[in-house]
Amino acid sequence: MPHRTFFWFILPSLAAMILFIALPIVSVAVQSLYVEHEQVIKTVENCGPFGCSEETTVDQEATRALREAEPLGRFNGFGTYLNRNHLATEEVGIAWAESESWGDFGSRLMNLPLYKALAFTLTYTFVVAPLVLVLGLAVALGVNSLPRIFKGPTIFASLLPMIVTPLIGSLILFWMIDAQGILGKTLQVIFDDPQLSLKASPALTWITLIVYGVWHNTPFSFIVFYAGLQTVPSDTLEAALIDGASRWERLRYVVVPHLTPLVVFILLMQLMDGFRVFEPIVGFSAGANATSLSYIIYNDLRGDYQQFGSAAVTSILTIIGVAILLTPVLVRTWRDFNRKRA
Amino acid sequence: MTNLKTALMGTAIGAFIATAAVAECGIDSGSVRILSNDFPALHAVNEGAMACASDSVEVTVNQTADHKDIQVAALTADPAQYTTAVVANSSIVPLINSDLIRPLDDLVAKYGDGLSQSQLITIDGKVMAIAFMANAQHLYYRADILEEAGVAPPTTYEEVVAAGQAIRDAGIMENPFAFNSKAGWNLAEEFVNMYSGMGGSFFKPGTAEPAINNEAGVKALEMMKALTELSTPDYLTLDSTATTALWESGEVALATLWGSQGSAILDHEGSTPEIVESTQLVGAPTVGGGDIPASTLWWDGFTIAKNISDEDAAATFQAMVNGISPENIAANNDKAVWLSSAFKPGKSAEGVVETANGGANPYPMIPFMGLLHGAIGDNLAEFLQGSESAEQALSDIEAAYTTAAKEQGFL
Repeated sequence: MPHRTFFWFILPSLAAMILFIALPIVSVAVQSLYVEHEQVIKTVENCGPFGCSEETTVDQEATRALREAEPLGRFNGFGTYLNRNHLATEEVGIAWAESESWGDFGSRLMNLPLYKALAFTLTYTFVVAPLVLVLGLAVALGVNSLPRIFKGPTIFASLLPMIVTPLIGSLILFWMIDAQGILGKTLQVIFDDPQLSLKASPALTWITLIVYGVWHNTPFSFIVFYAGLQTVPSDTLEAALIDGASRWERLRYVVVPHLTPLVVFILLMQLMDGFRVFEPIVGFSAGANATSLSYIIYNDLRGDYQQFGSAAVTSILTIIGVAILLTPVLVRTWRDFNRKRA
Repeated sequence: MTNLKTALMGTAIGAFIATAAVAECGIDSGSVRILSNDFPALHAVNEGAMACASDSVEVTVNQTADHKDIQVAALTADPAQYTTAVVANSSIVPLINSDLIRPLDDLVAKYGDGLSQSQLITIDGKVMAIAFMANAQHLYYRADILEEAGVAPPTTYEEVVAAGQAIRDAGIMENPFAFNSKAGWNLAEEFVNMYSGMGGSFFKPGTAEPAINNEAGVKALEMMKALTELSTPDYLTLDSTATTALWESGEVALATLWGSQGSAILDHEGSTPEIVESTQLVGAPTVGGGDIPASTLWWDGFTIAKNISDEDAAATFQAMVNGISPENIAANNDKAVWLSSAFKPGKSAEGVVETANGGANPYPMIPFMGLLHGAIGDNLAEFLQGSESAEQALSDIEAAYTTAAKEQGFL
């Protein structure tokens, strides 16, 4: 296709992407370099139903003047990136100097909010993605060998976990695993421990969230693999059958190599989605035990004070994190693409 | 569901009255747009304001538990998206800091005859909000369960722990205590109350530097840990909806809950008559040998936005004053502890009144208290789960707060 035609073809999508994706990212990056102006405080008398008292309050005229002069705030450079709520370079340095073992260093790192969130986010991403791949393939192979009459309903049932809105799905599971709920009570009976609760300890909460993640994302992987299975060349399969390959050998040497591009695609999607995990943490009220990068952005923007600078920094760090995660996959895709062109 | 039904009924009634073309409240024209939290007492006030709707006056209401998160952005717009925001001691602070609400002195002089002096929230001499109800966390107990276990109603938190242990040892209930311990704002509020009862102050006087990493803080944390050991193992997920449900289903015998949860607990829905009749509401216990209740006093009131026309401001003021009129309060007497002469304290108000009379401190209306509150909420869970010490938790809180305060310009 001549380049000019290509350009006009993609112009609408390009314009939308620049307007709704690129420009906001630039804006967030700029905001991450600024902090609020210094607040001018004065002491005044406040009176209310419970009496009068001397309290501090913000001097509004002075603050308004400052804000009008410099609306973005004070330029802080990379200060916000390095402060305790983000990369915490100073605290990490102190922890490295003072800790006696890797375990000690690890637990000191867990005290810092970004690293705690990163730990869960990475664990979630790297456990859910392979499980989703394997389970999705298993389900696709199973459905593919069902008699025709059962295929339709089984596909429908297998897709349901993905169709349920993440927040609703996680809320329902949250109630079921409650100490008074059906799953929670059953586990207490099985393990004979009336104080057992899936919500009480970080380890159990992480496992619950990962189980939910696998349950919710498997249908996506299943449907992609199922579509791929329909295109496996039947003559290669027949040839393998004639050559005496067992079912497992056919799977390993014919089917799976054929599905490799799909594996790359699903892996890409799961890595990206896993790194941005958020709804299960809200649905399971798991903020005490498991936080993720998206969750701390959400926390920064909630409540009485919206901490825009802090949220902007975490957003940029998330983008960088996703880029790092996807580098191997993208490099491989680029190499394949070049090989095919050559 | 009942709240939704009431809200829908209220809106329907409001629309009905609008078509009757009668100016109920003497407002000529204007637009009244209300943003408030979502509980029965505020439903009552908003319905009273909606009764002022007419052909020339439009009244709309947004009742949401996320009002704190949207109010600053909504009122910064010009014209503001809402003409009034119903706030409490903590949620008024960001509005004042960003200069989003207007002084009400002239409106009070013109339309505020029925308001008493204690309802006027003045900051630096200017009336910035009109308070209409008071709230506080206090103790609820089941008289029948305490009798069965042979313990007297507790007046200090140490006695609460002993009573809970006695109930557990007698085999009556496995997890007899509950409080709003959901990680985040709720858990931080419990710490603020406990620390207040220990007599601690939050900041170094005259500065924004935190001062909670001391003996009072450690003792407050240890008392909270003792209380969580008497609660269901899911305590880190219990907000006020969950604790109300726990109480109404008879799972707990002792609880520290909001006074505003009282009307839902004592009504005749969702619970059995034995539970409702044996529920007693008393003032918050003291702790650590202190002489004030371990609780903080809250008021709820309405403010008027700055970025609206004077006509809308006057209309909104009159509509909200109608919402807190003596008739409306008398009709909704038991929903809250109203700050009005028409209020007759019933059973659901006893706890709050006792706590206020006991001399509890009001929740600090300081600009940077919200940041400390957030830092506390994010950093207490590990201590309560036993994976770090109290001193470590407090120093984490102070470090997190200091970082946030530097970003916001307070330090």
